[in-house]
Amino acid sequence: MTKALSAFVFCLLVWFAVTWSFDLAGIAVGVVLAAVIAYSLRDVELEEVPLLLMPHRLFWALAYIPVLFLYVVRANVDVAWRVLHPALPIRPGIVKARTSLKTPGARVLLANSITLTPGTLSVDVDGDMLYVHRIYVPEDDPDGATERSLERFEGFLRRIFE
Amino acid sequence: MIDFGNPLHVVAYAVMAAGLLFDLVGCLGLVRLPDIYNRLQAGTKCVTLGTFLILLGVLIRFGFGAMGIKALLCLWFIAMTSPTAAHAIARAAHRAGFPLWKGSVMDRYADREKGVTS
Repeated sequence: MTKALSAFVFCLLVWFAVTWSFDLAGIAVGVVLAAVIAYSLRDVELEEVPLLLMPHRLFWALAYIPVLFLYVVRANVDVAWRVLHPALPIRPGIVKARTSLKTPGARVLLANSITLTPGTLSVDVDGDMLYVHRIYVPEDDPDGATERSLERFEGFLRRIFE
Repeated sequence: MIDFGNPLHVVAYAVMAAGLLFDLVGCLGLVRLPDIYNRLQAGTKCVTLGTFLILLGVLIRFGFGAMGIKALLCLWFIAMTSPTAAHAIARAAHRAGFPLWKGSVMDRYADREKGVTS
């Protein structure tokens, strides 16, 4: 019941944020929509969401945003340079890397962070193995180099989720 | 439209211009890069940041009003959905048998499907 109620409140807040209308019609439609969504999500397990509301986890989650943004900018400059370079300096391939993260939520965010950062794209997650497409595979120890580049995210995600 | 005496407007439009630049590079990448996986790299990175910066510019320009909040929510949706979609496309392409570009140096994912462990 608390889960359905919090889903209802969350949906309603998003609704008001998107529509920004507070007349009677807007509120009525929002309440009905939020109720329908909360009802249809009643069987979905979201056990990690309450965890995220703990203050120290929230702090690390907020601290993660600028760090990730910095890496995203760096990734973009790198890919933009490769695209614009006349010789197209790419050396693509799919490597695999083991992650030490345990919870599904942390792994999902790790995979998404990889996709948004330097020349790497998550193709699949299989247990604790990540299959990552790289636009430029390093000459020596490609798997190990990828694992080491994951560590900078894993530290944050471990503090957020585990 | 643009009020050059207002530093906030100048910053906002500069951010939007940078976003457009990244979107342009992302489109160039789609044309120049050889296979679907590399093209996804350009698609996810440059276009995500490009769109990110345009929305950020909208937020700076209009502040936390009806428009700014919408921009902020779109930022969140793009940050969550764009990499997920790219992953789904890459995985589906690989499973459907789309080959990597001939200049690719390794494919651990294909090794796994063949049962090779190393």
